[in-house]
Amino acid sequence: MSVLVDKNTRLLVQGISGKTGAFHTAQAKEYGTNVVAGVTPGKGGTTFEGTPVFDTVAEAVAKTGANASVIYVPPPYAADAILEAIAAELPLVVCITEGIPTLDMVQVKRVLESQNKTRLIGPNCPGIISPGKCKIGIMPGYIHKEGHIGLVSRSGTLTYEGVHQLTALGLGQSTAIGIGGDPVKGMDFIDALALFEADPDTHAVLMMGEIGGDSEEKAAAFVKAKMKKPVAAFIAGQTAPPGKRMGHAGAIISGGKGTAQEKLSVMEECGIRVTRNPAEMGKLLKSVL
Amino acid sequence: MKIHEYQGKDLLKRYGVPVPIGRAVMDLGDVDGAVREIQKETGRDVVVVKAQIHAGGRGKGGGVKVAKNFVDAQEKARAIFGMNLVTHQTGPEGKRVQRLLIEQGIDIARELYVGMVVDRGSGRVTMMASTEGGMEIEEVAAKHPEKILKQAIDPAVGFRPWQARALAYGLGLHGKENAAAAKFLAALYAAFLDLDCSLAEINPLVVTKQGEVLALDAKINFDDNAVFRHPELGALRDLDEEDPSETAAKEFDLSFIKLDGTIGCMVNGAGLAMATMDIIKFYGGSPANFLDVGGGATAEKVTAAFKIITRDRAVKGIFINIFGGIMKCDTIATGVVTAVKEVGLKVPLVVRLEGTNVELGRKILKDSGLNVVAATDMADGAKKIVELAK
Repeated sequence: MSVLVDKNTRLLVQGISGKTGAFHTAQAKEYGTNVVAGVTPGKGGTTFEGTPVFDTVAEAVAKTGANASVIYVPPPYAADAILEAIAAELPLVVCITEGIPTLDMVQVKRVLESQNKTRLIGPNCPGIISPGKCKIGIMPGYIHKEGHIGLVSRSGTLTYEGVHQLTALGLGQSTAIGIGGDPVKGMDFIDALALFEADPDTHAVLMMGEIGGDSEEKAAAFVKAKMKKPVAAFIAGQTAPPGKRMGHAGAIISGGKGTAQEKLSVMEECGIRVTRNPAEMGKLLKSVL
Repeated sequence: MKIHEYQGKDLLKRYGVPVPIGRAVMDLGDVDGAVREIQKETGRDVVVVKAQIHAGGRGKGGGVKVAKNFVDAQEKARAIFGMNLVTHQTGPEGKRVQRLLIEQGIDIARELYVGMVVDRGSGRVTMMASTEGGMEIEEVAAKHPEKILKQAIDPAVGFRPWQARALAYGLGLHGKENAAAAKFLAALYAAFLDLDCSLAEINPLVVTKQGEVLALDAKINFDDNAVFRHPELGALRDLDEEDPSETAAKEFDLSFIKLDGTIGCMVNGAGLAMATMDIIKFYGGSPANFLDVGGGATAEKVTAAFKIITRDRAVKGIFINIFGGIMKCDTIATGVVTAVKEVGLKVPLVVRLEGTNVELGRKILKDSGLNVVAATDMADGAKKIVELAK
């Protein structure tokens, strides 16, 4: 088993004919993901590299039975694309787009909270993969291996690093989720941890956090109160200076809050095993099994 | 993106936020005219001379002075203009003052605080107010959290009049003052929303002895992701306030932050870039920068990044850590080889490549004949560069 995506996932791609959308759609198909539809307004009725294209998300869902969407739409239009997918009641929406204005996401978040059909991953994230079953997003598929470790992370390439270390140690993954580096977003660590805790096929979780905000602290409290499975963690940005945005919009220490030190100590207090060396994430996870 | 106080006040004024009468001065020769105009407009002699730099704590550092009359204003302006202003936010090296704001003197009855941010916990714009104006708000939040009043704004209905009134009552403002403050807050929210701000802080917000409510200071930051919607704001950038390497990096769409260590880093992805800094520190070194070349780096971007890193004289070694996903390792390797041939290599270079086309990338580096030290993984690379940069 796995969480959120598997062999039954029927994927719709919003922005399928753009350069990024086209490239990653081809990659996803090659990995074995069942891509059933694309949406590009104005190109409805055509096909793109064998996939039928529709003008609207609602029409694509009605005609193809899509149950998940991935968004490769440019930043000025991405919030609207998410809202269209929510309106079509797609169970899962994954937004890869980086650089969406924060106030756009404030509106999206308000709509997300007013309904209970759609779950959003991202934006500004690598996506989600259940190795051997379904890949949605921009991660390189071949580094993954089917198995029983759940991963959740705010970063892209650091997730690949974690996956790579696990695979090298012979530890496969049930599902790896990149929740993204923006301050206002869909799923958070807690949501992913709850899914992994409930999934019988996930035996342990590797969590990769970053400076900024208090999601990691909230996740730590959740682990202490609700989780039986072991959790190992790393926080990026121990050496980051305060007041500087470290690439991700959400990765900033402001007002002395959100430091890696603070997060690491709260996580340790809550029973999460942490490492300060990012090259040891895999080994640490192996040691808690 | 950050702007100066005088620019922030100019913008706020357009949305109906009351600000003191003032003139921005870019040249000492313009001080006399500015002071005369303000004195004429207000009918009073007293003015305030304020240094304009992108950092807080200017008053404590000696960058804000009250002048009693025209001659006093000239003297104070001469003293502040060109001074090296050191505050807790500038770092010990300080910032040279190259712009002044000259404003009318205000009869202050009360100093309050108002700030707006996007609260990431709730995902909503939140208006904060406090009676502790003029203080560092982080300090107030730490010692007296009960003294910070908050109103989270539902984007579906906007900032409601009752919320503005409630905050004003909480600040002890009644009658006309309450109405003036409520109007002030509503205008501030309109500006925040319309300009895609990430921060709007009025500290202090003052109530004058005449019962007016005014923004005595204004700190406005914009959401970098939304600047495309406001091309006119680009003109407000002050390149003197930005690190030259960071400005150069921006031109190539690289995310770069200068740090004070000796090991230059080039990494793809923000999380991995931070982790790379961390692992350098873990093995006893110190990073000279944060540099994320992004997901779609071309050979040109890699070359530009390389030049920016090598420009820093403190750099004693370079560590390139790439986990190729979409970005292919051979692209990176080609970029590195081109860059080294173009700009030369005077310090040790350790390269760790992993991911898509890794074998091809490693081969390109090996065949280049350049003095590149290959690393098998992140830890190996970090250990090697820390040793070589000693």
